[in-house]
Amino acid sequence: MIKFGVVIFPGSNCDADAIYAVSQVAKQAVIPIWHKDTQIPDVDCIILPGGFSYGDYLRPGAVASRSPVIQTIKRYAVNGGKVIGICNGFQVLVETNLLPGVLLTNQSTRFISRMVTLEVQNNETPFTCLFQKNQSIRIPIAHKDGNYFADADSIRMIQQNHQIVFTYQNNPNGSVNDIAGICNREKNVLGLMPHPERACESLTGSSDGLLVFQSIVDSCKETK
Amino acid sequence: MITIFVNVQPKANILDPQGKTIQHALKNLGFQSIQEIRIGKRIKINIEVDNVKEATAKVQEMCEKLLINPLIEEYSLEVVS
Repeated sequence: MIKFGVVIFPGSNCDADAIYAVSQVAKQAVIPIWHKDTQIPDVDCIILPGGFSYGDYLRPGAVASRSPVIQTIKRYAVNGGKVIGICNGFQVLVETNLLPGVLLTNQSTRFISRMVTLEVQNNETPFTCLFQKNQSIRIPIAHKDGNYFADADSIRMIQQNHQIVFTYQNNPNGSVNDIAGICNREKNVLGLMPHPERACESLTGSSDGLLVFQSIVDSCKETK
Repeated sequence: MITIFVNVQPKANILDPQGKTIQHALKNLGFQSIQEIRIGKRIKINIEVDNVKEATAKVQEMCEKLLINPLIEEYSLEVVS
């Protein structure tokens, strides 16, 4: 069994969904990690869940990215540990500089909560290895600050290194190059605005998100 | 005690949808001469140190460590002693 760690910040509100998806649907072990912890348990992948950590004060993800647990997660990621940041977790990862760019307010200034269609741009990552390249998948979004931005040089760099993992088919928020999710150069850190943990059972309208977690399980087994 | 205001503005190349929305609303109220509105924020910091130089250095460090994201924001300091 693969062990996931789910980090809980004050204001996280998708931590229970992530724990449910991993333990009840993907049938893996999961350990909650508190934001004040300076040590993290021995896990195969860390999930930074969605929500409004620290009330999204200052900038989304800004305060969380300076919390004690993040310093440890930074080292974990730099040493090759797998980290997936979903929605607010993605915002935390860019504020931590584990991923390039930043997430601005949606072009419409509105909070958008609906199902969207994504395209899998890179299926050679530990998070997407069970998808087909260019596969269309349906996963919901729920955010006000999901408008991905990076300067032209950074965009060129992430394109060259195949770091764009998911793009929107109909860009809902103004993200440059329709970016919905990116990974780091080494491909062990993924950030995405859509919520795969909310699309793990057909009951919720789509189960495409489950393949993200199953991909992680598969890639962890391979490296073990 | 020294008071320093950090004035934060979105960088010129960054879209500011909030500013755009307010701009449209004000134009609808008849303020046709508006060229542009950009919305930033102002952070007040009271700090207990010996002199302004030290206060400025401390606040600068706060900006670099947390208060500012240099990708999208620029800032200036305003000292009130």
